[in-house]
Amino acid sequence: MEIGSRDEYRTRARYIISETPGVREAVTAATRTFDANRRAAFHGLETQALKVWAEQVKSHALTRLDRYLEEAEDQLVKRGAIVHWADTAQDVHRILERISAERGVRRAVKGKSMLSEEVGVNACLERQSVEVVETDLGEYIIQLLGEPPSHIVGPSIHRSLEEIRALFQARLGCDADATPDQLADAARDVLREAFLTAELGISGGNFLVAETGSIVLIENEGNIRLTTSLPPVHVALLGIEKILPRWSDLATFLQLTSKSATGQPIGTFVSMIQGPGGRPSGERDGPEELHVVLVDNGRTRLLEDPEAWEALRCVRCGACLNVCPVYRQTGGHAYGYVYSGPIGSVVSPVLAGWDRALELPFASTLCGACADVCPVRIPIPELLHTWRARAVDDRKTGAMHRFLHRLWAFAAARPGLFKAFERCLGRLPEDVLRRLPVIVEWSRGRAPPRPEGPTFRELWKEGID
Amino acid sequence: MRVSLFVTCLGNRFFADAAADAVRLLHSLGVAVEFPAAQTCCGQAAWNAGYLREARQMASHTAAVFARSEYVVVLSGSCTAMLRRAYPRLLGSQELAGRAYELAEFLVDVLGMPGLGRGLEGRRLAYHHGCHALRELGVKEQPIRLLVTAGAQVLPWEMDEECCGFGGLFSVKAPEVSVAMADRKLDTLPDVDTVASSDGGCLLHLDARARSRGSLVAFRSLPSLLWEARSGDR
Repeated sequence: MEIGSRDEYRTRARYIISETPGVREAVTAATRTFDANRRAAFHGLETQALKVWAEQVKSHALTRLDRYLEEAEDQLVKRGAIVHWADTAQDVHRILERISAERGVRRAVKGKSMLSEEVGVNACLERQSVEVVETDLGEYIIQLLGEPPSHIVGPSIHRSLEEIRALFQARLGCDADATPDQLADAARDVLREAFLTAELGISGGNFLVAETGSIVLIENEGNIRLTTSLPPVHVALLGIEKILPRWSDLATFLQLTSKSATGQPIGTFVSMIQGPGGRPSGERDGPEELHVVLVDNGRTRLLEDPEAWEALRCVRCGACLNVCPVYRQTGGHAYGYVYSGPIGSVVSPVLAGWDRALELPFASTLCGACADVCPVRIPIPELLHTWRARAVDDRKTGAMHRFLHRLWAFAAARPGLFKAFERCLGRLPEDVLRRLPVIVEWSRGRAPPRPEGPTFRELWKEGID
Repeated sequence: MRVSLFVTCLGNRFFADAAADAVRLLHSLGVAVEFPAAQTCCGQAAWNAGYLREARQMASHTAAVFARSEYVVVLSGSCTAMLRRAYPRLLGSQELAGRAYELAEFLVDVLGMPGLGRGLEGRRLAYHHGCHALRELGVKEQPIRLLVTAGAQVLPWEMDEECCGFGGLFSVKAPEVSVAMADRKLDTLPDVDTVASSDGGCLLHLDARARSRGSLVAFRSLPSLLWEARSGDR
């Protein structure tokens, strides 16, 4: 497969921009608000020092991942949790199938989790005839729409209030002029019922503290608190990169993540879960069973890659999406994978597979805005560049593309030839020029270039006064 | 003082007059200018596209062309960034990186902000920061100071630090996204007669989009405006 011949990113992006202009408006408005809030939240702080510290903690944890994961497992098992290790998405499916069969699960409630999207939890459970109810409002909206999330933190930011109103009118019988509060109330009625009747609650996790075996979840709606405490069984899915070494690391990471994501000093609800209810965990309430699934699904392969591993420091705050001018035009669906935007384009080549993700490192202008905002200092533009160079190495960029780059470089290293080349290009007749693929693409929405008049080389030769 | 001018491949073809204005400006400030005729392309497009071997070929050539120059003044923020940030990685040498300057950076940081005259009095400008000038070179205040000192009013533009969507080959690989990005810039443009930038690629892209929308705003390369500031004052 070749990038030049596939053009799937471009096709999706073009469709979104031309056919659903509301998406661009909604995404731009939402991401600009997120970003403005982020800036305000970091105002007056020693932001750079915090980021350097966070980068070092995450890098340290990643380079000693085996040790910290075992420490977390020991702590969790000691408190009565059941720990599972899943190498692949299929392993996660098997674990969920077994738990839901053993516990006779008919209905599951789910808190927002990108990992659950990554491994396809809903489809897996639905095959088992388990009804899955998304309980995060944004996730609930896209579940009703049958869409994947468009943003790591705000899954339905690509939809306008009017669209959500129409959806809730059709599906939940809301009034055509319902206020946002009334819409939320309508969803709350449905979700309350689901919380009280579900036999299984599924969550992700923002952090896993090795020292104490604590699963830490940040949220704003309280739905994760209910998902993880009301149903008799709780399954927490965590990528193995979620490790923080010490309990004392947590306070700063909670703030960095919340501020970077939404500009909040800290999420409205922070849950710290260390075991199921009752002995030996010491928790007074909570589910009868706590299953913790530690998921690899390509992460070890990414960690082993000396040029790409830094992407694993990601805390999924979405700040790089919010500030990305490319992402802002389309939202996440153009990227074709659960993780979108700049960070998506540097994890997808490994997590989704190189052949599927070939185009994504090129879906960027390398403007560098993402690197400025990343709270764990992931050098995203450099990683994008690394993947571009690999696409070239793997001969995935197209024969014509390769030929033109070679030809240009060959000429540019030979000034006489380059000047002749320049002269030829300058003298191409208008109708030939117009048909060059590069001019055809340039001319979509842009006036054609006007390479008229003498070149600087010619002016210099004549003498400049 | 003597500088070597790197007009860049794009500048040679599309901004010949602006490059000539840069020469006039530098001459008027008592700086001798030479134009090494063997210069071609810095290799940025190849580098950004992942063609490292080709980029290295062009980097070697460019480094050889400017090997004896005391200062290399580059008429593009992104090409300056290429010389300063990518060449050390391609060539294993900081040698050229330490001598290459974007024009505004050279005028302010090396020449110490010479008086250019007040020839831009009454002009209402917006300034587009090229991403690589802004984020890789840290050039932000220099062009604004030069323009303001020359009498121009540089109006605040909420999107002045957001990428215009050019991105080199990105502009033709994802033209729809590229154009949508330009629209965001143009939609938020304050009421100005001219948009200035030190990056020719961004100017070509924004100008081409603005013209196709029927806009009358002028897009001008920084050296032209600075020369106007100097010559208009005399």
